[in-house]
Amino acid sequence: MTDRAQTLARAAGLRAVFEAAGAVGVETPVLQPAHTLLDLYGEEIRARAYVTSDALRGEQMLRPDFTVPVVQMHMAHGAEPARYTYSGEVFRRQEHDPDRANEFIQVGFEVFDRTDPAAADAEVFALIAGALSPLRLRAATGDIGVLMAAVEGLKTTAPRKAALMRHIWRPRRFRALLDRFSGRTAMSRTREALLAGDLPGAEAPLSGRRSAAEITARIETLREDAATAPLSTEEVRLLDALLGVRETMPYALEQLRDLSVDLPQIAPAVARIAARAGALEARGIDVQSLPFETNFGRTSMEYYDGFVFGFFSPDRADLPAVATGGRYDALTRRLGQGREIPAVGGVLRPGLMLELEAAQ
Amino acid sequence: MTIRLGVPSKGRLMEKTCDWFAGRGVTLSRSGSDREYAGAVEGIGGVSLVLLSAGEIPRELATGRIHFGVTGTDLVHEKLPRWEQQVEPVAELGFGFADLVLAVPRAWIDVETVDDLDAVAAAFRQTHGMRLRIATKYHRLVREYLRQSGVADYALVDSQGATEGTVANETAEAIADITSSGETLRANHLKVLSDGPVLRSQATLWRSRTAQTDDDDRAVVAEFLDRLAV
Repeated sequence: MTDRAQTLARAAGLRAVFEAAGAVGVETPVLQPAHTLLDLYGEEIRARAYVTSDALRGEQMLRPDFTVPVVQMHMAHGAEPARYTYSGEVFRRQEHDPDRANEFIQVGFEVFDRTDPAAADAEVFALIAGALSPLRLRAATGDIGVLMAAVEGLKTTAPRKAALMRHIWRPRRFRALLDRFSGRTAMSRTREALLAGDLPGAEAPLSGRRSAAEITARIETLREDAATAPLSTEEVRLLDALLGVRETMPYALEQLRDLSVDLPQIAPAVARIAARAGALEARGIDVQSLPFETNFGRTSMEYYDGFVFGFFSPDRADLPAVATGGRYDALTRRLGQGREIPAVGGVLRPGLMLELEAAQ
Repeated sequence: MTIRLGVPSKGRLMEKTCDWFAGRGVTLSRSGSDREYAGAVEGIGGVSLVLLSAGEIPRELATGRIHFGVTGTDLVHEKLPRWEQQVEPVAELGFGFADLVLAVPRAWIDVETVDDLDAVAAAFRQTHGMRLRIATKYHRLVREYLRQSGVADYALVDSQGATEGTVANETAEAIADITSSGETLRANHLKVLSDGPVLRSQATLWRSRTAQTDDDDRAVVAEFLDRLAV
C-alpha cells in the first residue's frame, strides 16, 4: 500500500506539470449540492456517491469528481480560453467490490478553448500520456461523437432518434431499442390489442400526477411508431459495423471512411477523428499503434460526447483506469444554462501510479 | 461455545419457522415469558436460540454473531452487499413467499413492461420538469434492477410503510414493494409490470460464512444439519 504523504507529493508533482503547461490551479468544495449531480446523472449517482444532508441546505454529496464543480466555476466567472488543474480527494461509494477504494486522490487538467478542438484534445491526451510514460500503460481511445452522428442521421422518425440518443450510454437498452425499431422484436399481444383500441384497465380510477392526457398522448405516439417503417436491415448492419470498429488508429480511420460512404452523416465526425490523429502525431504520440474503439467509453457515467480515452495497466486487469478523460461539450451546455464552451479534460490517480511503480 | 441460531421474534414468520424445525425434531421455545427475546432449543445439544427482528438477522449473520439464521431472501439481498461472500443459503423453507415487484397505476394502459416505464419516465420528465418517482424501501435492489434494465430519468423516494398509498397521495408515480398475493396492489388500483419480479423471496435458513467455530462447534453444526436433513 502506498501512503498518503507519498500520494499527495506525487499529486503536487503532477499538478506542477499541468501548471507548467499553462494551467491555473483551482480548488473546489468537497460538499456539492446533490440536485445538480442528480439532474445530470440521475438516480444512479446515489449508488456511486455518498449522500448526506442537513436541514438548511438539504442533500449534499461528497464530491464524486471535480469536473462538474470546475465547469460551474468556469461558466460563472472564467475568461476564455482557460486551462485549469486541481488535485484532491474524490469519494466513491462502493457497493460491490470491497477492494475498490471509496476515497482516493485525483489530479486533473481541463481545457476550455474553442479555437482548435483537435489540438486541445491532443494537448490533454499528450500531457497525460507523458506523465504516465514510465508505467508503460495500455491506452484506449474512442469517440462518442461518431456514434451520435450516426444515430442523428438515421432514416427514421425524430422520436426514435431521440430514444436512441438518450440511451447511447446504456448499450443494453440501446440494443433493445434498435431491435424494436428494426422489427426484430415482435410486438406483444396486449400491445397489439391496445393499439387496436382494446383498453383493459381504462376503467380503473387514475390517481397520481401522470394525467389522462399524457396517457392518451403516449398511445398516440405508440400508434405513430407502429405505423412507421422499420429501420432498414442495411442501416442496422452499418450501425453494427460502426460499433464493431476496433483497430489501431490508421486502420480504424480506413474502416470509418469506408463506412461513411454509406453513412454520410458520420463524415464530419470521422474528419474530426482524422484531424485529432494529426494533432496527436504533431504532439509526438505514436498514432500508428494507438488503439481506437467505437464502443470505448459508452458504459461510463460521464458526460463525454466526443473524444474519450483511458490508460490501463496491462498486467493488473483488476485495477481501475489509472487515467481517463474526454470531451464534454454537452456538459457545459447543460450547466451553462444556454451558454456553452467546448471543453476537454482528464484525471489521473497518483495513488495507482505509485502502486504500479512499486511493483515494477 | 455453542452454535447460535437466530429466528424471527414474532408473527407468522416465527410460528412457521418453529413448525418447520419441529417437523425435524428440533423444538424452539422462548425460555421465559412471551416478552423475553431469548429461547431454548430442545432435541439437539449445543445450539442456543436468539430471537431477533427478521430485518436484523442479515446483519447478525454477516458479522458472525449468529451461526445460522432464518430470514427472507429479500432482506439478505437488500442489506448485504456481496451477500454470497458473507452468508450461504442452507435451505428454502417453503413459506414466507413474497416478490419484490414494480407496480404502476392500473389506469396506465400504455405501460406493460419496464421498457414502457422508461419511455414514460422520459416523457414525464419533459412534461413535469421532474423525474418520475418510485416509492420503495428496497433502494439498493430496485436501483440495481433499474440500472441493469437501462431505465433512466427516475428518482427513488423512501417509503417505509403504506407504500401502495403513495401514488394516490401524489408523493410517487410508481412503487416497488413486496407483495405475496397482490391484493393490496389491486385495492390501490395498481398493477405489476409484466417482465417478472425484481426478486423472488421466501423464508430461508442461512449459514454465516464469518461466524467463528472450534472443533466442538463443527461437530454440533454437522449434527444440526444432519438432523434438519438439509
